[in-house]
Amino acid sequence: MKEANLDRRDFLTKSSVGLAGLAIAPGMLLFDLAHARDLAHAPVLNEPVSNKVRWGMLIDNNKCESGCTDCVTACNTENGLSGGTKPTDSQWIRKVQLKDTLTGHVSSLPMMCQHCEHPPCVDVCPTQASFKRADGIVLVDKHICIGCRYCIMACPYKARSFVHEVLTDQKPDVPRGKGTVEACTFCVQRVDKGETTACAEACTKAGHNAILFGDLNDPESDISKRIRTVASTQVRADLGLNTGIRYEGI
Amino acid sequence: MKTGIRLTAFFFSVLIATAVYAAEEPQIPHLDIGKGGQCVEDPQLMRKNHMLLLMHQRNETMYEGIHGKYSIVDCVNCHASTKTNSVLGSNEAFCQGCHVYAAVKLDCFECHSNKRSVTAEASK
Amino acid sequence: MQSKTFSRHESRYFYALVALGVFVVFLGYLGMHTMEEHGHIVTGMNNQIVWGIPHVFAIFMIVAASGVLNIGTIGTVFGKKQYKSRAPLSGLIAIALLAGGLAVLMLDLGRPDRMIIAATHFNPTSVFAWNIFLYSGFFTLAALYLWTMMEKRMNVWSKPVGFAMFAWRVILTSGTGLIFAFLVARQAYGSALLPPMFIVLSFAWGLAVFLVVQAALYAWNGKVLDPALLKRMKNLLGVFVISSLYLVAAYHMTNLYFAKQNGFESFILRDGGIYPMLLWAGYVVVGSLLPLALIYLPGLGNTKMVVTASLLVILGSFALLYVFIIGGEAYPLSIFPGFEVSSSFNDGVIGSYTPSLPEILLGCGGLAIAFLISIISIRVLRGLPHDVADATAMNDD
Repeated sequence: MKEANLDRRDFLTKSSVGLAGLAIAPGMLLFDLAHARDLAHAPVLNEPVSNKVRWGMLIDNNKCESGCTDCVTACNTENGLSGGTKPTDSQWIRKVQLKDTLTGHVSSLPMMCQHCEHPPCVDVCPTQASFKRADGIVLVDKHICIGCRYCIMACPYKARSFVHEVLTDQKPDVPRGKGTVEACTFCVQRVDKGETTACAEACTKAGHNAILFGDLNDPESDISKRIRTVASTQVRADLGLNTGIRYEGI
Repeated sequence: MKTGIRLTAFFFSVLIATAVYAAEEPQIPHLDIGKGGQCVEDPQLMRKNHMLLLMHQRNETMYEGIHGKYSIVDCVNCHASTKTNSVLGSNEAFCQGCHVYAAVKLDCFECHSNKRSVTAEASK
Repeated sequence: MQSKTFSRHESRYFYALVALGVFVVFLGYLGMHTMEEHGHIVTGMNNQIVWGIPHVFAIFMIVAASGVLNIGTIGTVFGKKQYKSRAPLSGLIAIALLAGGLAVLMLDLGRPDRMIIAATHFNPTSVFAWNIFLYSGFFTLAALYLWTMMEKRMNVWSKPVGFAMFAWRVILTSGTGLIFAFLVARQAYGSALLPPMFIVLSFAWGLAVFLVVQAALYAWNGKVLDPALLKRMKNLLGVFVISSLYLVAAYHMTNLYFAKQNGFESFILRDGGIYPMLLWAGYVVVGSLLPLALIYLPGLGNTKMVVTASLLVILGSFALLYVFIIGGEAYPLSIFPGFEVSSSFNDGVIGSYTPSLPEILLGCGGLAIAFLISIISIRVLRGLPHDVADATAMNDD
């Protein structure tokens, strides 16, 4: 009996050590991982964005040509949008034709997400998927967007679209998917590389120069210099949202 | 009583032996790892933790604009099949193979492109 | 139907009802599955009308759920004895309706698989996020309320819990109104009248649902409701219907006061085609005036008339919600006041919307969920009110 007890004890000791080893081993791996991630943090490719920068746009209604849709085409190409205009198709930017009801004056301008300082879409999003990045760009974190469409109801500018169908062929830098909400991102994939937005680039290329994109917080940027010299307004300024996009000539 | 126990033990072992014999070889996926070569981390670490790395990276990219080394675009560019240029499409494809085997739903490619980025290739 | 013969077939009828409920839930599942698999392209919704028929069903059920609980609180909080015996029934129906409404709301999401994220990522400025907290609290409190009434030892707690329940549901229903009231940019919605309007609507719709369910239960169980109590409850419904009419009228009139809202009000009240038709014919005539006639005209106070009146109120509520939610979205945003606008994105144009089959099935599925939870819980927990009059009625057979 004593021998059997010793054997049993031996067995229990060995197997519990084995089990403990099995239990701790993944932890060791994760511990390694923790080390690995510390190393991974070292070669970070860029600094986090900060509110030292505020991206904004100045759109000149006088220079915008009725009938030209280069900005829309450029946006569609850059972001992988279909370009369709069915009620269920996504439109991140659109040309709006305006007719003054009192004077009859006709003009057109591009309308997109205004990247407000106090965005109503951010206030109403239940999951905080709609958020404002530190540098002022209002985005949708599609990882946590549940597709409730409350932000679409809240936006005064009809800037947002809901993806109604399964998407394939997304641009690698512009993920978009069914059941989430999307809008103009100020071409964040380009901005983070130091480039300008696709719409501004296309408008300049077409020779109209109606769209000027830049850093509103940098007093020496083209947009800041121009905003100091010309009269500009926000669309629906009465709402007090302090939009990042201002319009000249309306 | 003793005979009963012995008979039960015998039939039970027959049952298990048959099951083990009849079971198929586990279909460990043979993955098409695309361009292959050196991954950003050790494969075993990646197998266990790629989801956590991706999740942390996505938050850094979305909220802080940091495009770090665990970017899913870079994963796809490397691991997309050199024939189909995609990480999906068959049970040998890099992402689909293991996810189908492990029966874990792949949500990433509802939004993210599963194809190799051509412009990235041109710049490399 | 004699109560004796009915009780023999009672089980069969019950299982038949359950089977019907399960079938409609299955149809709802089919609708929801189509929507989830193919996206909202299979529905009538688009980028102008983003909330459609499922929201109409869901908001009706959520508002009615909070209102149904009123019957119980009239007894528990305000001490009206005859309502006290109805409190457990009202609690069960409230839980059932809220469950059905939330089911429809959550399954209409673009990504219903991410439901849990709504609980783990919480935005304190979002009414939707508050609602997640308020709805869960409602379920918990309602269950607690039921416990205090059904468990003899806990009866002493039923009053404080009843008070808490009453306060909670006022906050919850105000929250439903606030969902819309905070949308300052939309002409249909940015109004402080909406929370009180929804509270009064909840009284009317909740009582209407309760009267229908109570009548059905009594008929199916061979009981007779005391005519005096029926009269009190129908008169109460009348008061609630009148108050609802008043608040809806006040809401439209305050809108008319603002010169810039004229376009919207003309659209809803006169020019909008289906919307004025649903508002006037659906909500005002069928949903309010006709039931008021059935309630108050002398000689019409019997159960059949009361049930008809309640059903009409419910029909009217769907019409009102359709006009409020969908009509409010159809009217274009006023982005450039003083300008006529047009664009490729339906600026300046009335949005078009046709309800589709998957959406309607989803909505009906939600109603069926509420129905199933009601009848099963009422049977299992014996939620039928125990009236003194019942004993005499049973002995007469």
